[in-house]
Amino acid sequence: MRPETETELAEAIKTAQGPLHVRGGGTRAIGRTTGALLETGGLSGIVLYEPGALTLVARAGTPLAEIEAALEAEGQRLPFEPMDHRALLGTSGAPTVGGMAAANVSGPRRVQAGACRDYMLGVRFVDGAGRILRNGGRVMKNVTGYDLVKLMAGSWGTLGVLTEVAFKVLPKPEAVATVLLEGLEIGGAVTAMSAALGSPYDLTGAAHLPDGPEGTPRTLLRIEGFSDSVGYRAERLCAQFAARGPRVETDPERNAALWRDLRDVAPFHERAGDVWRISCKPSDAPALAARLGAEALLFDWGGGLIWALVPEGGDARARLGAFAGHATLVRGAAAVPVFQPEPAPVAALSAGLRARFDPRGILNPGLMA
Amino acid sequence: MQMPEPDARVLSRKAQIVARLRGVLPADAVIEDAMETRAYECDALTAYRCPPLCAVLPSSTEEVAAVLTICHEEGVPVVPRGSGTSLAGGALPTADSVILGVARMNAVLETDYANRIIRVQTGRTNLSVTGAVEEGDFFYAPDPSSQLACAIAGNIAMNSGGAHCLKYGVTTNNLLGVTMVLMDGTVVELGGAHLDAGGLDLLGVICGSEGQLGVVTEATLRILRKPEGARPVLMGFAANEVAGECVSDIIKAGVLPVAIEFMDRPCIEATEAFAKAGYPMCEALLIVEVEGSEAEIAEQLGLILQIARRHNPVELREARDADEAARIWLGRKSAFGAMGQINDYMCLDGTIPVSALPQVLRRIGEMSKEFGLDVGNVFHAGDGNMHPLILFDANKPGDLELCERFGAEILKLCVEVGGCLTGEHGVGIEKRDLMTVQYTPEDLEVQMAVKDVFDPQWLLNPAKVFPLAASETRRAVAAE
Ligand SMILES: Cc1cc2nc3c(=O)[nH]c(=O)nc-3n(C[C@H](O)[C@H](O)[C@H](O)COP(=O)(O)OP(=O)(O)OC[C@H]3O[C@@H](n4cnc5c(N)ncnc54)[C@H](O)[C@@H]3O)c2cc1C
Repeated sequence: MRPETETELAEAIKTAQGPLHVRGGGTRAIGRTTGALLETGGLSGIVLYEPGALTLVARAGTPLAEIEAALEAEGQRLPFEPMDHRALLGTSGAPTVGGMAAANVSGPRRVQAGACRDYMLGVRFVDGAGRILRNGGRVMKNVTGYDLVKLMAGSWGTLGVLTEVAFKVLPKPEAVATVLLEGLEIGGAVTAMSAALGSPYDLTGAAHLPDGPEGTPRTLLRIEGFSDSVGYRAERLCAQFAARGPRVETDPERNAALWRDLRDVAPFHERAGDVWRISCKPSDAPALAARLGAEALLFDWGGGLIWALVPEGGDARARLGAFAGHATLVRGAAAVPVFQPEPAPVAALSAGLRARFDPRGILNPGLMA
Repeated sequence: MQMPEPDARVLSRKAQIVARLRGVLPADAVIEDAMETRAYECDALTAYRCPPLCAVLPSSTEEVAAVLTICHEEGVPVVPRGSGTSLAGGALPTADSVILGVARMNAVLETDYANRIIRVQTGRTNLSVTGAVEEGDFFYAPDPSSQLACAIAGNIAMNSGGAHCLKYGVTTNNLLGVTMVLMDGTVVELGGAHLDAGGLDLLGVICGSEGQLGVVTEATLRILRKPEGARPVLMGFAANEVAGECVSDIIKAGVLPVAIEFMDRPCIEATEAFAKAGYPMCEALLIVEVEGSEAEIAEQLGLILQIARRHNPVELREARDADEAARIWLGRKSAFGAMGQINDYMCLDGTIPVSALPQVLRRIGEMSKEFGLDVGNVFHAGDGNMHPLILFDANKPGDLELCERFGAEILKLCVEVGGCLTGEHGVGIEKRDLMTVQYTPEDLEVQMAVKDVFDPQWLLNPAKVFPLAASETRRAVAAE
């Protein structure tokens, strides 16, 4: 099924006889589900774009590329830097706005700017009963009623099928620079990233690659803004880490490539194994990573996000033990829950919400549970 | 403003209920004396008052859980309360309700500069959170004007904002985790020092739920390193439209000021008479603040002034030192007080798309004449969050009602141009009955369904947010 309008979509859900597998571009095939395919690609197009108000509203099936091109033309962007899952997951197709929002996809800039959910101003969606619903709006501040926009962000289509999303966007900065530190151990890298993120220099990225170029560990600290300001802050960071022989990358293209690779977890591309994504307290990262027995690691968000490539079929959660945070099996065949199991009272609330939004349990059944 | 009839069975069992509460709390933490409960009869929406059945002041999550368990068993409504500064009547009790105040829970539980978080009990005031991390040169970003008094509890419940949220976001963007007690006494932990939810984003729903889903007892908040410096610039314009265009141009140019505040002529005049900040007399005034090192500030201000000049400002005033900076902010910060000197006022809080600013200001001016009530506008222009202050005389019969009708018309206008009823103060009782202007019955139904999940008996702050008629059947179940 590929409805062309919201009403058609509502009808399709209302009259569905069994489970539905909701799909945008199909590029973020995380988790398992069954059901008749329900594609959102027919609901496409930018509904409104007001650069002066930093607002963009688009239908859920709109290709992300179309959004990015429209923003680029006005020197703006989606600040949360959504990752492209295709190379990591071996999927093809075109990522859509709805898929990104439903999966709350962010990238390295999340640590400073916030996540996709933080830039979602409003949603329209059809719930499991076929009701067309709306929450939030298109303005930057809105506390009118409950914030179901956040609830829909990251609900992976299990509460409703998004039809339209309103975003806050931001201007693209004039300049970017990355301070590179070589040779740090994981613990030292996390300490360095914490110090940098705790400086007044407003980092928009802090990542660490234990296997950098030529096998040397590499820590990357990104700053963005007006040219003089970026120059000044890069200089200050270099002074702060003088003992580490810092180097500054200022070339825009090379910077873009560096952070695109981090965002998309390029070091794991075309490598066999399961991929886990672990969100944790940054200072816990070194100890957690040590327990994983990973073949490869990548640290983003100053250590708050661990990407781990582990041998197929293993249960990374069992290795991690109890910890404050959550682990998601992003790619792999392990016979374990894809999403972090929740403590009983939280699981009861989540199940209660699912039962209200999707009483027949037909939207991506089993995907998150 | 209508409130539901108190439950006679609860009123008649007051003695037993109070006795049970005394059984789980220290003697001085249960307040039932009619004189003392008066302190809890209203919040900052003082036009509406009602003393509660009693008030309790627990000191820990365990005590909160014990109180809620009892109230749940007894079928008593509970109204959570932080500092009582809500402008929407969010903390207004009913005669059959227990006020659960978290004011005694004000401890800092953990400060962690390396991970850039602070964990506090939610009775702690907003400003004292920043106070707790100032020695480390950090701050907590959301800064409601009421920050000296308001508690993190209320900030979370209302998803409060402040002047600096253009850059740093509002409460929900700075809240990482909570400990919360459900109405049946179950303690739930959501989030923590890590980012984002592993499953459904329940934390995102809790923030802004106006005390209707659970009582939040502890919070993990994101703290940020202080910028090296900050400086405002003041600009005056000959028309609201021109100031509106200037705001839009600044935003488009790629500068991201931390604050863009707007004041119109009635507000400038009132403020000048009151605070004598030396503001220029003009139609519209903007205060724009930027942050960074000296050089960064100069660079950004240079760009902003260049843009402003294109709009033929009647005044451009840069702050050369801290003293001048303080003078620029002085008028803005005393604006509410200044308006209060003239008369009683009602503060609205609708948000509109920035592009609709001139149109909406013009309409408000026209309506002011139609209703015969003066209005001053002072607001966060960068994000379109308006604060029209309608002046009225509380002692004049019918004036409050007239003012409320005028206010409702302004809020409807905000929705009409693509905005919303409330940008940061919340719905409470004040905007409850206007919710149908912004949402369809089904949109409201699905929100109420969320409350059904967290609080099936509708005992937590039940008479707020949703039009009474819409929530009636659900509340009736509670009373059975
Ligand atoms: C002069 C003035 C200026 C203001 N300026 C701003 C501003 O700039 N920005 C802004 O956003 N607001 C502003 N406000 C409004 C108000 O200060 C905020 O809404 C504030 O967050 C309320 O906090 P509080 O602790 O006083 O909450 P209260 O008034 O006590 O309660 C507010 C709501 O929170 C609920 N609640 C309280 N504690 C809990 C808890 N532990 N768990 C669950 N729910 C709870 C209550 O039931 C109620 O619904 C202003 C108010 C005044 C009087």
